[in-house]
Amino acid sequence: MFDALSDRLERIGQNLRSKGRLSPADLDAALGEVRTALLEADVELSVVRAFVEAVKTRLDGVALSQSLSPGQQVIKAVHEQLIEVLGGTSLKVTYATHPPTVILLAGLQGAGKTTTAAKLARWFKQQGRQPYLIAADLQRPAAVEQLRVLGGQIGVDVFSAPTDPVSVARAGLAEATRIGRDVVIIDTAGRLSIDEALMAEVKAVSGATNPHYTFLVIDAMTGQDAVQTARAFHDTLELSGLIVTKLDYDARGGAVLSARGVVGRPVVFASDGEKLENFDLFHPDRMASRILGMGDIMTLIEEAERTMDKDVVADAAGRMMSGQFTLDDFSSQLNQVRKMGSLGGLMKMMPGMSKDIRKAADNIDDRDLNRVDAIIKSMTRAERTNPTIIDGSRRTRIAKGSGTNVAAVNQLLNQFKEMQKMMKQMAGGGALPGPLAKLAPMAARAQAGGQLPSGLGGLGGPAPFTSPAKGGSKKKKKGGRVTPPKNR
Amino acid sequence: MITYVLIVAVALVVVAITGRRILRRRSQRVLSTPARTPLPSILVEEATARPDLVAVDDSLSGRLGASRGVFDRVRLSNGRGSLTPEQLELVEEVLLRSDVGVTTTQQILSYLRTNGAPDGLVAALRSQLVALLEAGDRSLNTSAEDGRVAVWLFVGVNGVGKTTTIGKVASAQVASGRSVVLAAGDTFRAAAADQLAMWAERTGADIVRGSEGSDPGAVIHDAIGRAHARGANLVLADTAGRRHTSTNLLEELSKVRRVADRTPGQVLETILVLDATTGQNAVSQAREFLAAANVTGLALTKLDGTARGGIVVALAQEFGLPVKLVGVGEGVADLRPFNPMEFVDALLEA
Repeated sequence: MFDALSDRLERIGQNLRSKGRLSPADLDAALGEVRTALLEADVELSVVRAFVEAVKTRLDGVALSQSLSPGQQVIKAVHEQLIEVLGGTSLKVTYATHPPTVILLAGLQGAGKTTTAAKLARWFKQQGRQPYLIAADLQRPAAVEQLRVLGGQIGVDVFSAPTDPVSVARAGLAEATRIGRDVVIIDTAGRLSIDEALMAEVKAVSGATNPHYTFLVIDAMTGQDAVQTARAFHDTLELSGLIVTKLDYDARGGAVLSARGVVGRPVVFASDGEKLENFDLFHPDRMASRILGMGDIMTLIEEAERTMDKDVVADAAGRMMSGQFTLDDFSSQLNQVRKMGSLGGLMKMMPGMSKDIRKAADNIDDRDLNRVDAIIKSMTRAERTNPTIIDGSRRTRIAKGSGTNVAAVNQLLNQFKEMQKMMKQMAGGGALPGPLAKLAPMAARAQAGGQLPSGLGGLGGPAPFTSPAKGGSKKKKKGGRVTPPKNR
Repeated sequence: MITYVLIVAVALVVVAITGRRILRRRSQRVLSTPARTPLPSILVEEATARPDLVAVDDSLSGRLGASRGVFDRVRLSNGRGSLTPEQLELVEEVLLRSDVGVTTTQQILSYLRTNGAPDGLVAALRSQLVALLEAGDRSLNTSAEDGRVAVWLFVGVNGVGKTTTIGKVASAQVASGRSVVLAAGDTFRAAAADQLAMWAERTGADIVRGSEGSDPGAVIHDAIGRAHARGANLVLADTAGRRHTSTNLLEELSKVRRVADRTPGQVLETILVLDATTGQNAVSQAREFLAAANVTGLALTKLDGTARGGIVVALAQEFGLPVKLVGVGEGVADLRPFNPMEFVDALLEA
């Protein structure tokens, strides 16, 4: 339904490069698209206006770079501006000299406060602290019970009493001090922000416990209302930061920018899953890409550059472009890709992937790839270079050698044939089937010198990148000047 | 199979792109980036208030009316070209700020542009929105076939208020004389069944629950069995909040629905519960839940907050999904049938 900003911008300004700079009309058109993209990502209208104005100032009269198309340059400016707004200031959690450090969580109903409380406790526990949870949400039936269950799962004690929120918070704090816990996290009742009684309650809890940090928990799926919520809570509680939840959904998450825009306090943590370990410090760059619907392609490619063997990859790219693609290439490239983590996770970060592919990606079993590897390794060098020589008896041998069966070998050979076709098409600049078609212009631009590939669709959860970087030691001597990779 | 090939191929494309970036770096100089203008940490001191469309319309039409010549009147009665860009801009702002979304807003604007506003801007906009929201069957169906028990299934993402909505529906249905069995089909979230049990106690409905982590289909099946045995009229089935982007969770939901629809159960309503604060993601939610569980209508919760829930306009436009219930508060009685007129008035009047 939504077009990524990059696609929109490409439509406006393909041939502006020769002009050297954006004309006012082009700039207006481009900024119009930026506005639409931000609105589609649920950024609040006033925040959109202020943001677009800032981007305009930034782009006005700037000479166009030779290596980027005007559209790309606009995206780059927007992307960087987003990162700046989202990550401009950061919050360093300092622990109170007289423990415990008190943290108050507030937010709307259903934003995920209770789960966040447990996740935060788990996070502090991993930092070597002794957290303590106070369930002061006496409004929602069973909220206390929920926190107790979650506390049990992470081995953190939960305090509550069936009195009133202020007494619970006070008594809990006293108990935490008594048993020597150094971080106390208070979960409060969800509220609808205009509900004055509940706002008064959270204010009373805050007054009684004098928290060192007050975090607003916001749901990434929130719409235009995010500013009202953030403003109301900030006016009442003086927030120290934001925690964004439900990033595992496919919302663009513009609410984060809205809230950040009116509160001016950093986004500190992000939560991207129901499981308690799906919680980490906030990454502004990922969020920026997400809001723009760029997938996480930049993170992905930069990660690829860090993890993959540069010489192998550069060589592979060259061969692919000249239309060469053997089973050896396939195997070595697949191994490079696998260094980055699971294929499924990787796929989710790719922009331009259809829903079906995303879903299929969810169900990829990486062990299948081990089998593929075994089959290829069971082939002779000649077979790998020229698979057409593989006849029935060779198939049987390969199947035996790899511990699979002939059907699996056949399947791989057929798939490989398909891939070879695609690679040929890509090398020839021809149309690609299905979703890959979207990648073709991206690949073309990457070759032509573009920095920001086109992208579409929200990103899935970030893939875990675990492999250590392995830098290629030798530099290729071919062609022109050598510059060290720029670190972004 | 072809998907698998595509996925591997895509992985290889990543290699290709990365490789070419490396090659390019090795052969080319990277150009400088434009200088940065630092942004203030607070972008918006005060969010601009929504314009009061009604007030603006009155004054505008008053002014226009005074200066309107005979020719203009004729043109207006033909309903052509009567809206100024400023008026359209106002409409756009009001709709966008209510989460109606860019696409639907543009469609409404282009409708207004083509058909004009013979009776004033607000009237035109109101009638169009009401027409959109009135489409579809907004009643809740309780009449199951003979010998079967009516089942209403409640689905949605996490934290939208499914369980609370069920509690309120139960209360209303019990009050109107039906005997209700609640099925605690949310076996995933810690304490969800407890929450529903409290509602059962409050409303006097019966409840069937399983242990945590048990099969939700089985729990709902048992509830239907109990309702059938005791001659109850209605089973209200809770389900775990789930991501609409996960194949497995959606498949589980499809299965739950199939189980619930098996005799003696009959699923008459599948209600997608939506939080009024939700933005454009609701479109994606509706699409997936519609496909997985054959959603029959929406329950819009938390409408008593500052959010206006304009996203249901987009859902009506895109999927023709009717809103059947709105939640306007935390009290038992704060769940009401949806009234398009009232909703549109609240949407348009600041």
